[in-house]
Amino acid sequence: MSAPVVIFAVGNPSRGDDALGPECHGQLEKWLENENLADQFELIEDFQLQIEHALDLQGRQLALFIDAGANTPGPFTFQRIAPATGAAYTTHELPPEAVLQVYLQTEGEEPPPAFVLCIRGETFELGEALSAAASRHLDAAFSLLNSLCRQPSLAAWERVATPVSG
Amino acid sequence: MTYQLETAAHPETLRRVAIDPVSRVEGHGKVTILLDDQNKVHQVRLHIVEFRGFEKFIQGRPYWEVPVMVQRLCGICPVSHHLAASKALDVIVGAKKLTATAEKMRRLMHYGQMLQSHALHFFHLCSPDLLFGFDSDVTKRNIVGVAMAHPETAKRGVLLRRFGQEVIRVTAGKRVHGTGAIPGGVNKALTIAERDELLKDIYHIIQWSRDAVQLIQKVHTQDPGLYNSFGIFRSNFMSIVGNNGDLDFYHGTLRARDDNGKIIFDHVDYQQYHQYIEEEVRPWSYMKFPYFKSIGKEHGWYKVGPLARVQNCCQISTPFAEHERKEFVDYAGGSPMHAPLAYHWTRMIEMLHAAEVIKELLHDDDLLGSDLLVQGERQMEGVGVIEAPRGTLFHHYRVDENDLVTMANLIVSTTNNNQAMNEAIRHVARRYLHGHEVTEGLLNHIEVAIRAFDPCLSCATHALGKMPLEVELVDPEGRIVHSLSRS
Repeated sequence: MSAPVVIFAVGNPSRGDDALGPECHGQLEKWLENENLADQFELIEDFQLQIEHALDLQGRQLALFIDAGANTPGPFTFQRIAPATGAAYTTHELPPEAVLQVYLQTEGEEPPPAFVLCIRGETFELGEALSAAASRHLDAAFSLLNSLCRQPSLAAWERVATPVSG
Repeated sequence: MTYQLETAAHPETLRRVAIDPVSRVEGHGKVTILLDDQNKVHQVRLHIVEFRGFEKFIQGRPYWEVPVMVQRLCGICPVSHHLAASKALDVIVGAKKLTATAEKMRRLMHYGQMLQSHALHFFHLCSPDLLFGFDSDVTKRNIVGVAMAHPETAKRGVLLRRFGQEVIRVTAGKRVHGTGAIPGGVNKALTIAERDELLKDIYHIIQWSRDAVQLIQKVHTQDPGLYNSFGIFRSNFMSIVGNNGDLDFYHGTLRARDDNGKIIFDHVDYQQYHQYIEEEVRPWSYMKFPYFKSIGKEHGWYKVGPLARVQNCCQISTPFAEHERKEFVDYAGGSPMHAPLAYHWTRMIEMLHAAEVIKELLHDDDLLGSDLLVQGERQMEGVGVIEAPRGTLFHHYRVDENDLVTMANLIVSTTNNNQAMNEAIRHVARRYLHGHEVTEGLLNHIEVAIRAFDPCLSCATHALGKMPLEVELVDPEGRIVHSLSRS
């Protein structure tokens, strides 16, 4: 039986602020254990999103993608996302919208409601530690994440999500 | 073998087209093309940001940390680095021969990685080009476009990829940051439950892999005028081969052939690789250009990866893949095939072989054993080589008496293919761009040629918003006259 909520934390722990995803994953795993909420969430950590992550969306009520952002608003953004085709034209890694689209096309049904928590990073070089700014951004994002996990419902998450412009 | 179009005579008089970064290629790649007022091509270069700080990242660390930390060099092929480093460190700890369980667990992990990587490349990255054509609508040229037009094909791609990832998970211990291989062996064997779970799916996986070979063979042979000539260049080629010259991705000796298939060197112990291969630095690229010392810089460069491996081996040990290899060799007409688009065909033959080997291994009780580790007389230096999905991968370390790494040298698959990829895009530029107005469809031809090699660039930094595709046309005075951007 799948946990109702899947949370993807994406990034490379050894590439500076790209570690925001894995850092968040580690903190969240402990926090969920302490709060006795672990059985409601499946946490998945990976270097980057790929087509097979669409299969991890099966049977979920909600999905959250946590990733570092470059040149994105600080300290973080939290937005609902929808399946999208055009966004897939990048590299071997997929953006979250394309993972949803792969689910839509291969499963033949709408994916679960999905959100992105994008935490601003500053530097991404191999061997660098998390920057001070990224650490502050992570603290701010983690507070929001705690409240999201205490109320894992579409209505509650939509209330705090930033409307997508354009 | 020439360096034509590498350096223009008067670059200051030419306008510049930059494709930055190359889309659907891992990490940051950039192509620059210099054109004159008649759109005649004078210079074409593929620049790739090297794995910056590799040595610095590794040096000074205890050697036993290395197999885990090198996975973070690359988010796409962490298993390749994990295993190549482990093999080098086997030498350091004096493990001359691993236990049967250890070697077979590593093989299972590696062949799982080969399967998932080749599936990803074929179904996600190159099938849009192959199914829709090189000039097709940009919004179709991705896995989503494939899924809309060919949902069953797309779904198989996802499931093949997932199966390979599952093999990695059960052998490495985790989905990412696995610790399965350690110097001298492995830290876990397979459980009966894990084996039985994989056995449930392996027969579908083999059948789907066979279908994939048929699909690409059909695509290739239906349009020989395009597929046998697009981006073609002749070169030497190299890989490791196993016992009796078998195709082997995990272990063997180095073999190289010239463009006619004649052996240049064979049965070379890769501990001695530096006696055979040298790396040249050129001022315009961060990535080095390796070549065979015995032939020299100008003619000694080579290609690696599926097209090299399938033609370098004498046979494949599994029946379905061997049948397909023979079909391929027959099609090539008895001499080596050099067409870059034939990489796709050979890549699928390799995927089929990987699936068959996984099946064989899952029926081998050695995987359930408990003898996991050996050690011997400590050494100060070791080299590990594997055939990674994209080609031959070298890890070379020196370790001091305090167990700290004092020297690390890595030659990654994409570096081995550096000159080959440059030659392929120069051919494409001459054939398709020369004298024509540059369009997005024509630029995609360049990317199609690069994608055939499935290059792996330092890809693990992938943060949202970092990977737009930008194309700029710049006039002789350096002014941007036109630009395209998409993300």
